[in-house]
Amino acid sequence: MSLVHEIDYGTPASKSEKLVTLTIDGMTVQVPEGTSIMRAAMEVGNQIPKLCATDMLDAFGSCRLCLVEIEGRNGTPASCTTPVADGIVVKTQTERLKKIRKGVMELYISDHPLDCLTCSANGDCELQDMAGVVGLRDVRYGYQGENHTKLGKDESNPYFTYEKSKCIVCNRCVRACEEVQGTFALTISGRGFDSRVSPGMDESFLSSECVSCGACVQSCPTATLNEKAMYNIGTPEHSVVTTCAYCGVGCTFKAEMRGDELVRMVPYKDGKANRGHSCVKGRFAYGYAVHQDRILKPMIRSSIHEPWKEVSYEEAIQYAASEFKRIQEKYGKRSVGGITSSRCTNEETYLVQKLIRGGFGNNNVDTCARVCHSPTGYGLSVTYGTSAGTQDFDSIEESDVVLIIGANPTDGHPVFGSRLKKRLRQGAKLIVVDPRRTDVVRSPHIEAAYHLPLRPGTNVAIVTALAHVIVTEGLVNEQFVRERCDWEEFQEWAAFVAEERHSPEAVEKYTGVPADAVRGAARLYATGGNGAIYYGLGVTEHSQGSTTVIAIANLAMATGNIGRNGVGVNPLRGQNNVQGSCDMGSFPHELPGYRHISDDATRAAFEALWGVGLDDEPGLRIPNMFDAAVEGTYKGMYVQGEDILQSDPDTKHVSAGLAALECLVVQDLFLNETANYAHVFLPGCSFLEKDGTFTNAERRIQRIRKVMAPKNGYADWEVTQMLSNALGFPMNYSHPGEIMDEIAALTPSFAGVNYKLLDEMGSVQWPCNEKAPEGTPIMHIGGFVRGKGKFMLTEYVPTDEKTGPRFPLLLTTGRILSQYNVGAQTRRTENVVWHAEDVLEIHAHDAEVRGIRDGDFVKLDSRAGSTSLRAVISDRVAPGVVYTTFHHPVTQANVVTTDYSDWATNCPEYKVTAVQVSPSNGPTQWQEEYENLSRTSRRIAAE
Amino acid sequence: MSHNSTEKLVYMANQIATAFAAQKHEAAVEATRTHIKKFWDPRMRSKIAEHVAHGGEGLQPIAREALEGLQAPKAA
Repeated sequence: MSLVHEIDYGTPASKSEKLVTLTIDGMTVQVPEGTSIMRAAMEVGNQIPKLCATDMLDAFGSCRLCLVEIEGRNGTPASCTTPVADGIVVKTQTERLKKIRKGVMELYISDHPLDCLTCSANGDCELQDMAGVVGLRDVRYGYQGENHTKLGKDESNPYFTYEKSKCIVCNRCVRACEEVQGTFALTISGRGFDSRVSPGMDESFLSSECVSCGACVQSCPTATLNEKAMYNIGTPEHSVVTTCAYCGVGCTFKAEMRGDELVRMVPYKDGKANRGHSCVKGRFAYGYAVHQDRILKPMIRSSIHEPWKEVSYEEAIQYAASEFKRIQEKYGKRSVGGITSSRCTNEETYLVQKLIRGGFGNNNVDTCARVCHSPTGYGLSVTYGTSAGTQDFDSIEESDVVLIIGANPTDGHPVFGSRLKKRLRQGAKLIVVDPRRTDVVRSPHIEAAYHLPLRPGTNVAIVTALAHVIVTEGLVNEQFVRERCDWEEFQEWAAFVAEERHSPEAVEKYTGVPADAVRGAARLYATGGNGAIYYGLGVTEHSQGSTTVIAIANLAMATGNIGRNGVGVNPLRGQNNVQGSCDMGSFPHELPGYRHISDDATRAAFEALWGVGLDDEPGLRIPNMFDAAVEGTYKGMYVQGEDILQSDPDTKHVSAGLAALECLVVQDLFLNETANYAHVFLPGCSFLEKDGTFTNAERRIQRIRKVMAPKNGYADWEVTQMLSNALGFPMNYSHPGEIMDEIAALTPSFAGVNYKLLDEMGSVQWPCNEKAPEGTPIMHIGGFVRGKGKFMLTEYVPTDEKTGPRFPLLLTTGRILSQYNVGAQTRRTENVVWHAEDVLEIHAHDAEVRGIRDGDFVKLDSRAGSTSLRAVISDRVAPGVVYTTFHHPVTQANVVTTDYSDWATNCPEYKVTAVQVSPSNGPTQWQEEYENLSRTSRRIAAE
Repeated sequence: MSHNSTEKLVYMANQIATAFAAQKHEAAVEATRTHIKKFWDPRMRSKIAEHVAHGGEGLQPIAREALEGLQAPKAA
């Protein structure tokens, strides 16, 4: 193995279809019009020296190293900023150019520390490379003059250092922060000799607006911005291309290794989801994989009040299998079940659902998509015919109007957020529907045309009001609707939304959104060109989550914004493999490929290959499992890679359900909160330690590749296989590739997928089969998967979670950039410097009337429970609305959320809870009791 | 919401019926019935069937009608 070196072409590719022919150093070159001479030279393998140029950034032309000569033209133009032209003859290496370049390098090196041998970028430094390339052998100016070589280091960022003395002021970091990330946190302060890179107003990196995406570090050609890991470990010697295990964007990275130690994760330019960009989580927050909290040995106990006992895998597996068999013998076949993980691979989730359906003999399998995007699956399936988003991420580059509903992409899906912001800076218009003023509403060089700050719980009313405007003002794309949708259903829908009660003016009294803003937003979406909708959990996690997804689908059909680049309906998936876990048959009512369990032909295909009869009745969904456990009909559970106690709503009810189980098997990296109630603990392994695939929000299937041996001894799929074998349902896979082959054999939308194809193509978007052998970037081109698009009526039904005198405020929950979901991973990294605790955002008015000051400890009460946390006074939330995150178990925000849920899918209504906030001086009784339980439950007996 | 299982099932059935209520009555009843059959575990269907058999207190008309026409689930 060796390092994967990506070619740096110096400037971005031109998208022109017109070709230009020129001559470079005697070679004839044909490239698209608009290509730089630098890039054209690199296309034929001629690397022109450069320092300020890199193909992730627009040409800048400051370093003066990439000069060339062009026959018939005066001077020595910079090849990075000079576009090709038909017939020109370029020379990249002449005596004149050599002399100029050597002179330039002399000047750079005369003001640069000469500590190459001990420099953290030794061997990974473009300045060092260029000194060699131009043949620099001495520096005539000496090093005694005024220079920058004694400037200090900024080590405030936990992951990288800023060594000012090594800066050559090439601007690459500043431009990366602007062009790639879109944060504009960096600038060049001072002038002339005093010029230096400056985070914010000469602040430290940590206290500046820097979001630690790593784009500046990636672009730096010297050791000025360098990973601390490079300083501590040294340069890597081989790399493996793999996929990030955080959010649903699915960024491709090079895991750069020294032996089996991970030195750094570097975003891969060929990654089709991230196009070479990253965020603070994927780029830097992988330390959890080697955290001391990891449990590496299996453990069992007969009661949760006993300490854990470390045992062999064989003993743990046999104990779990015998308990499941005992429970089924005593309480019936349907008394056990399990949960697949959206953090694990497709192959692993497939195996867990296979074990449950084949080994347990029932369909009590569900996944955490239940509590996030299950309404997406339902809503898009009934309207379009496919339980997935319609576009690829590249599509955003052709959007003219972007409508974001209930999503916070710069925090939740940061790399997509950066791509979105780039398009907005190019002139696309933005509409945001969100109770909070999220960052994307107003940030450097971006301002939403409309922000509709609706009252939590009124999504259906707002989206239907948008439809009302489109229909009543004649903005429907009738040609599209007549060709592509059921016309009768459309007419019924159009008459429904046109009713006066759905007008922006009528709904304003309960949505709180001014009618003229709704009208303006609707007109813009319908008439502004390619209109794309992106939405998140602010849509789905409501009692009408599915209805809002349907309303969104209606809106896109009515305006013809489906079936081509730049448009579509795009759910921003939360976890890395939420899409995949759904695709793999993790829901209790359907087999892989979204086929209902009652379908005899589908079931027969699985029965034939698996060699076992399957139950044709749907199983329990996660909330139903807790209800059945409390009721006493559900007694055993296998949970792979999910922390349901912390992530699911109404914690007291969840804990009551878990406590009622006679056998809870948890497979995870850590003793998570759910494991407090477990009887068997099976160690999990990180994404670095196994092979497999994840499927991101674009339906893109991507490989994850093992870069080190599982620290716990086995990959997760191997542990599931052992458990299945112990249950008497044989599995004999020797590699996840074989599992994918089985998935492909049984799932029409995956029929063409195999590891060879993925290695060749890098990734593929399903459906991938005979009709689409290279996958399907854009869905529903020319026709919907279900045939005619289905318009459905979307009546607004207010949630039963009402505010009143006892609970006058509405709580809505979400997440922030530096933390991920329940925080099990990110809390075990340096990311805690940005978010060490959950806080409650509250408007100044609501705080004042309660006597609450910024930073005060407050009690948060709802009908479900109470917790306490610090308050932060914020104008991001409107009066009457408070907001918090759920990343920390000490807060357990879900003690407060209720078990109201979506009518169609039981997806919990996390986004609307009636609460009261009051001053507090300490933890609640629940927090204290849970802390005690947690401490005693995590004891491990000495050997 | 109540954690009493029967009350909760009644609430859920009514939620489904309400979601389809904007449709014509027959279609709403059929859609409610199909949804429950498609997504509810047999024990949930048995329990609500038992509740219907005992008068079906709390069920809205569309939900009640849908459930009255729902076949009993097969045993495991």
